Amino acid sequence: MSVVVKTIARILLPVILVFGGYVILHGHLTPGGGFQGGAVAASAVALLLVAFGPGSVKKLKAPFSILEDLGGVAFVLLGFLGIGTTFFFNLLAGSGGLFGAAAPIGPNPGVLNTGGTVPLMNWAVGFKVLGGLGAVMVLFGLFGGDDDR
Amino acid sequence: MNLTAHAPILAIAVPLLGAFALPLWAKLHRSLRGGWLVLVAGATAALTALVAVQVYTVGVQVYTLGAAWPRDTLTPGGFPIRIVLTVDALSAFMGLITALVAMVGFAYAWRYLAEDEGKTLALTLGTLLWAGMLGMAFTGDLFNLFVFLEVTSIAACGLVGYRTWASRGPEAAFKTMVMYTVGGLFVLLAVALLYGEYGALNLAYLARQITGSLIDRIALALLLGGLLMKAGAVPLHMWAPDAYGEAPAQAVILLVANTQISLYALFRVLFTLYGGVADPGVGWLVVALGTLTLLVAALMAVVQLDLGRLVAFGAVSQIGYMLLGVGVGLTAVAARPAYGLVAIQGGIFHMLNDAVAIGLLFLAVGAVEKASGHRNLAHLGGLGHDLRWTTGFFLLGALALAGIPPLNGFASKLMIYQSSFLLSPILSALAILASILLLAVFVKAFQGAFLGPRLTAAEPVPVPMLVAMGVLALGVLALGLFPELVVRHLVAPAADALWTGRDLYLQAVLGR
Amino acid sequence: MIGNVPFVVCMVLVLLGLWALLFRRNLFKVVIGIKIIENGVNLYLVATGYVHKGVVPIYTYAPPDAAMVLPTPQALTLTSIVIGLATTALMLAFVVVIHRHKRTLDGRKVTELSG
Repeated sequence: MSVVVKTIARILLPVILVFGGYVILHGHLTPGGGFQGGAVAASAVALLLVAFGPGSVKKLKAPFSILEDLGGVAFVLLGFLGIGTTFFFNLLAGSGGLFGAAAPIGPNPGVLNTGGTVPLMNWAVGFKVLGGLGAVMVLFGLFGGDDDR
Repeated sequence: MNLTAHAPILAIAVPLLGAFALPLWAKLHRSLRGGWLVLVAGATAALTALVAVQVYTVGVQVYTLGAAWPRDTLTPGGFPIRIVLTVDALSAFMGLITALVAMVGFAYAWRYLAEDEGKTLALTLGTLLWAGMLGMAFTGDLFNLFVFLEVTSIAACGLVGYRTWASRGPEAAFKTMVMYTVGGLFVLLAVALLYGEYGALNLAYLARQITGSLIDRIALALLLGGLLMKAGAVPLHMWAPDAYGEAPAQAVILLVANTQISLYALFRVLFTLYGGVADPGVGWLVVALGTLTLLVAALMAVVQLDLGRLVAFGAVSQIGYMLLGVGVGLTAVAARPAYGLVAIQGGIFHMLNDAVAIGLLFLAVGAVEKASGHRNLAHLGGLGHDLRWTTGFFLLGALALAGIPPLNGFASKLMIYQSSFLLSPILSALAILASILLLAVFVKAFQGAFLGPRLTAAEPVPVPMLVAMGVLALGVLALGLFPELVVRHLVAPAADALWTGRDLYLQAVLGR
Repeated sequence: MIGNVPFVVCMVLVLLGLWALLFRRNLFKVVIGIKIIENGVNLYLVATGYVHKGVVPIYTYAPPDAAMVLPTPQALTLTSIVIGLATTALMLAFVVVIHRHKRTLDGRKVTELSG
């Protein structure tokens, strides 16, 4: 790709990643969440692929699949967190700790530190989607090259 | 933490966690992967057995995700909104079948799969498929049925097509995926129709509300079509022989269990969801499709030259017997004559027998392919000289599948013949005809591949594969010699869950 | 009557997708047909949750006495979209592999398995 595309890609890459992180982080307050944020962040991989060619993302394949597995494990483990009551029970909501503030009643702009396990699950899903989509895109980019066995 | 109360969700969550973590262990060390798999599979099988014991001794088990306590299914307004798992005797019975099949499959895969040909991937997808099947069996709401249906679809097609260096696997997988996805979308559309009409997704709640309106009938047609596509009933069977023929043997028996779970979902819809507005016409439709399936598949098996595809058509044919048995029960569910219950018992018992017998056959075919490198009947001959155990296992499976006494296929087929004879003698005549055809086909294949002079060189089959086949062979013999015991203690409660258990199912969730 | 138009449109989409699935030979177009069916079903699902003059179902944004559209169908649609992404990725991967082996995308020419 031309130098214009490459330069703009370099500028946009951190912006896309930060926006993906924002969507994941605010998943329990605004439309969006783990899947959407992860998909946004994974579009950065598509940008890399288009601007710099498959060679630039080849090294990312193994980290992405590890990230995907870790996201899945983290999600199920967060479900196990509430097993003292029931599976998926929201143990952290309202507990005062991480994401444990009580949600205020009535119209308000939203408090980030609420939601209990939900924001954590959003992060787990976000990493899983980023890893999964990223690995798929890298593989599609590498198709036609060497054997993918 | 009360293990028995949490067992239904743990039986789904443990294999899910196992599947996600398996590639991570494999990256660290190969032996860690094996240990983790043994741990996860053992725990899942134990949890499934625990659920089954609870259900068979106490009654329908209910588990509500994320609630204050597991049986807290309803909101204060008496409306179920949370994700609810509902396990009755039939669900538990299906769970036991998947556990048996998965354990045997993993034992077989230990030496069957080559390390450099995606073994970790195959084991991961197998565990994921198991989790999806248990989810389909245990779920108590329609949307989760769809979600787990898609989990099984993706895992199953991955298993069929993961060997991307061969051309036939991905082709079969693409075909299968198209059928599975369209079937899944039919189910989703039906769920959307029912949600639009009643504003609920919980099976028990919907079952109490359902009126049999035009929209309900359209939804039933879509559910029937979608689930039969996944079950591989004629005329929607074209993916099944391809997938069974191209997937590795330990995955094929999981795919067979997957078709049975789809049938289970269909029976759940027909008897529990639509049980209040049961229509004998639907029962006759199921009977007709079942008869068509068992006949057409048996006829197709006659012309096969590939041993794997031949057994695959035998497997499709068995789906027809299950549909026939339970369909006969469905035509009779309003008047409740005694033969209806026998028919349902026969159909459900045949699920277990099919999983064991067809599983044994597919594993034997996999062993033949691994030992000799061929599967085409034109190249095979005289394998009995080298592969004595495998030869015996194949013969045992073939005879059981064709319904020869005293093996297990006979026990369940006899129940289906007897009860369908009372509905219409033509049905049992056609069913017996298909059995005879299958017997002829299998005898011909057996004679061609295993008897005669030694045409094919064969290496010895590894011991774990023989042990896995031996377990299923013991099952064939035990189920055939003591059918009364199995029917009374395992199958009868499961059949009662369809026949008279609808009210118990609804009460367990809705509390009144 | 006018309220039923969205549902009719969804069904038209489903039928269009089925047509593409049955009568197109190119494997990519088959996948596109499936995606069209899926989008029709998803639109149907999200349309069932519409409440006349309803507001966005976010608890902290809504005025105190406003009617909200139903959030459940939106959650279901989202789940279905995620599943659709996974199935589409898998199907496209198979199409690419088939193309690499056979150098064609014609559904009738790639067939090795039949009968």
